[in-house]
Amino acid sequence: MNTRGLRSQLKDSVPVAGLCPQGAYGVQDSLRSGFTSIKNELLPSHPLELSEKNFQPNQDKMNFSTLRSIQGLHAPLKLQMEYRAARQIQRLPFLQSSNLALDTLRGNDESIGFEDILNDPFQSEMMGEPHIMVEYQLGLL
Amino acid sequence: MALSNVLQTPAAGFNFDNAARNAALEGLFDGRTPTPLKTGTTIAGVVFKDGVVLGADTRATSSEVVADKMCAKIHYIAPNMYCCGAGTAADTEKTTDLLSSNLTIFSLNSGRNPRVIMAVNILQDMLYRYHGQIGASLILGGVDCTGNHLYTVGPYGSVDKMPYLSMGSGHLAALGVLEDGYKPDLELDKAKELVCVAIHTGIMSDLGSGNNIDICVITRQGVDYIRPYQVSEYQDKRKTKYKYGPGTTPVLTEKVVPLKLEVVEEAVQPLDTA
Repeated sequence: MNTRGLRSQLKDSVPVAGLCPQGAYGVQDSLRSGFTSIKNELLPSHPLELSEKNFQPNQDKMNFSTLRSIQGLHAPLKLQMEYRAARQIQRLPFLQSSNLALDTLRGNDESIGFEDILNDPFQSEMMGEPHIMVEYQLGLL
Repeated sequence: MALSNVLQTPAAGFNFDNAARNAALEGLFDGRTPTPLKTGTTIAGVVFKDGVVLGADTRATSSEVVADKMCAKIHYIAPNMYCCGAGTAADTEKTTDLLSSNLTIFSLNSGRNPRVIMAVNILQDMLYRYHGQIGASLILGGVDCTGNHLYTVGPYGSVDKMPYLSMGSGHLAALGVLEDGYKPDLELDKAKELVCVAIHTGIMSDLGSGNNIDICVITRQGVDYIRPYQVSEYQDKRKTKYKYGPGTTPVLTEKVVPLKLEVVEEAVQPLDTA
């Protein structure tokens, strides 16, 4: 969870299960992420998938660098601090958060895009197992 | 089962899971992969002395079949702005809806009427973000405090500002008519005639355009949405009705089996009338 700067948040690729396992010590964590299937992960994804995943971080990066040129270093620093604080306001891990503070900071509360209409997380038909997810977040599992 | 434990809810917005499925299915179709359905259209717009005239045909096609003979291609954006859409019908519909919602939010927040250039900027950003995957070619026309404007936005986010424009599969035919007949500061009737003839030429020369012609006149005083402005001369005039009267089909046998229903449980719930 290295959050030094926005560059680390950009994803260079759609995650490939076999090459970069998410478990501890770099070994595939079968208990949590299931069995691997490299073939399924390496199939070409949609040309837009990567750019859409990175869209928000890229926008932020662009806005912050413009802000830095106009107002000086303090402006993006203060704003990033507020973003970090707003991002931490979440509910329990298996519940969807409205991200109201984050949306207000970003200005997303005054515009409607495809991310508000399609695939609304509140209407998601899948939910994680509550106990396992809380234990995972607390590091007990 | 292990997969759902530390689930990350899929991000809001577009879901690209089917891209992998399509890639896997590619080898199975023997070259006859189903292609996305494109619609044919002729849309045109002209700036005249007091405002903007937009015109469109009304045919929506699904490959070789006419899916809708009276489809509305001129979409409402704001009280002073309308937008004609060519390309994939669903994409134009959704994009113009989103644009209209965004402009309404803006005007509620700021108390100002939206300008045409704002709509163009929003569209351009939205369409460029999706790199042409949203197949919407739009002609946006409106009247605001800065004057009468007509813009076209392409599916990749390109913008052009011209006094006369046409888009869609029939745009070349319509453009020829517009190039020939356009003069600056046209009168209302001449402008309507020009757009009508342009769309008509598009209808005659392009298989994907057809049926009626819709015209939308936007001026400072208001909007006149004439639908249809000109009905196609090849309108289907049926000579007889095709409904069959009762008794057309003779009944050979009739068998009535009454269903035996028994009351298993009866519950009476008094209504709470306050």
